[in-house]
Amino acid sequence: MDFKLDKVHQLQQQLFRTFAETEIKPLAKDMDETEKYDLNLLKKLQKYGFLGIPYAKEYGGCGSDTLAYTLCMEEVSKIDASTGITISVHTSLACSCLNNFGTEEQKQKFLRPLVDGSKIGCFGLTEPGAGSDVQGAQTVAVEDGDDYVITGSKIFTTNSGFADTIILFALTDRTVPAAKGLTAFIVDRNMPGVEVGDNIQRMGIRAASNCIVSYDNVRVPKSRILGQLNKGFKIAMGALDCGRIGIAAQSVGIAQGALNEAIKYAKERKQFGKKIVAFQNTQFNIADLQTKIDAARLMTWRATIAEDNHERFSPLAAMAKLFASDVANQVTRYAVQMMGGYGYCREYPVERMMRDAKITEIYEGTSEVMKIVIAGSMKLK
Amino acid sequence: MKIVVCIKQVPDTAEVKLDPKTNTLIRDGVPSIINHDDKAGLETALRIREEKGGTVTVVCMGPPQADVALREALAMGADEAYLLSAREFGGSDTYATATIIAAALKKIGFDLVITGRQAIDGDTAQVGPQIAEQLGVPQVTYAESVKVDGDSVIVKRQFEDRAHVLRVKLPCLITALTELAEPRYMNVGGIVDAYAKQVKIIDFESLRNSLNPDWIGIKGSPTNVVQSFTKQAKAAGTVMKDLTADQAVAAIMDKLIARHLI
Repeated sequence: MDFKLDKVHQLQQQLFRTFAETEIKPLAKDMDETEKYDLNLLKKLQKYGFLGIPYAKEYGGCGSDTLAYTLCMEEVSKIDASTGITISVHTSLACSCLNNFGTEEQKQKFLRPLVDGSKIGCFGLTEPGAGSDVQGAQTVAVEDGDDYVITGSKIFTTNSGFADTIILFALTDRTVPAAKGLTAFIVDRNMPGVEVGDNIQRMGIRAASNCIVSYDNVRVPKSRILGQLNKGFKIAMGALDCGRIGIAAQSVGIAQGALNEAIKYAKERKQFGKKIVAFQNTQFNIADLQTKIDAARLMTWRATIAEDNHERFSPLAAMAKLFASDVANQVTRYAVQMMGGYGYCREYPVERMMRDAKITEIYEGTSEVMKIVIAGSMKLK
Repeated sequence: MKIVVCIKQVPDTAEVKLDPKTNTLIRDGVPSIINHDDKAGLETALRIREEKGGTVTVVCMGPPQADVALREALAMGADEAYLLSAREFGGSDTYATATIIAAALKKIGFDLVITGRQAIDGDTAQVGPQIAEQLGVPQVTYAESVKVDGDSVIVKRQFEDRAHVLRVKLPCLITALTELAEPRYMNVGGIVDAYAKQVKIIDFESLRNSLNPDWIGIKGSPTNVVQSFTKQAKAAGTVMKDLTADQAVAAIMDKLIARHLI
């Protein structure tokens, strides 16, 4: 067992870090304030291969692996969690569904432009009445000749403001529970009947695009069914397993980014005649939190490597996300506290990081859902 | 067209400190980077290739750890990479370094050689011109723009108070300023490819026929470092207080005139 990154991953990590520091950092505050993602930045992410990291070169990807993607998520989220979720939803949710379940023809047609970054993907599962409980889904797809006609509404669709391709889940059989009647469709955002609403106003990750998307009699050819009819639930759950690794890495990034800011501040700020980093209380807090961050990172890497090795990783990803998201919230809260009034000010990035951290305990499966997944894997019943 | 870019791996001087006792650089734990001028030269070579076709080869002389600098160059888009590394090369000054690199370049072949103006850890600006002399090709230093035109290159050369625009026939050597081009980042997939490629090692044995062992390494280096020291702070300046803006301007002008500076 070796916890050291190999040369390829070390150099990739260096690239992600430099890019985030140079290209993302100057924009992060402004994007948060204006609640708008910078589309030029998105183009740069595409240019340097950030949008197709774990996918094969034959589909236009980087030919790298989940570990590289995880490193990217951490480094980018250290600076800006909104960029993290933008990359994550595109990569882990939209692209992974196509990569794992698409036919060769679908991969060439739909995966390739996503993986090479020329198009952006999003994932339509959550509905106003169906969050953790997918059984509440009401979006339906009705067969009509060679097409399905889809009607319904999805909420919290990340990237939907600028995405081109939607992996959309709709009920094709309403006589059975959603788990057995859900089908995945590949939908273009510019198809007639697809309407993307305004950006939903949120507490954190405010630069990310996140809207209600409504579908009014959207006609989708049968050739755009992803996987098999009525087998969409498995596709959705598989994608969320992949997504949770990304969110765990995002959480590690937010935590490390906030702690780095706090340490920098503690080395400069003087109170009671000395720098606050000189107080043992400060040092003990920092030591405690760095230990937790390292533990979260190792759990994330464990789940990542299991995925790369094609082993069962669902409970590992759930544990990593459960733990890392909690750590992200603890660390960001401490960073604000340690920096006092300045930490609370928007001039410094830690208040943004604290707001951004909260969502990691909620999206792509809440912490409570993570516990269901973990307990379920332990055969307790 | 075959473009060869010479790069040097240097300590990131933004993070370097001097050992107060020995006055040498403390390199332990300091990250290594590709020298800025060299990276601008590499970017220029990649742009020329994109416009005119051809290949970009990178060459680096250094210890085995310099491999990562060449991988970075490959990940930015270079086609092939050579590491000039041998025990016999150790301790070379600029003259001996240029001798080794020139011998390697003869072996590799080139139409256009691009080096950086100077390295941030030595600041001599000698190696590029010395390579050109040893190769017997024309050189243009301090390039701030480079354009290939048929069988020649048009280079804008920076001077203190002006710029010269020169047309020079290929083959030739150009030394690049950092301002020449903003280097691209590596590509994520490019890094995977960079490690799938081979960095070719050129050691002393492979250059033996064209390299006199007396001209390289410490033995072949005419430069002797007698002493290295930290620059002392300059004497305190004159402080003139309580002047109006006009008086201050007049006082400064008087001083400058008195010293024949204007």
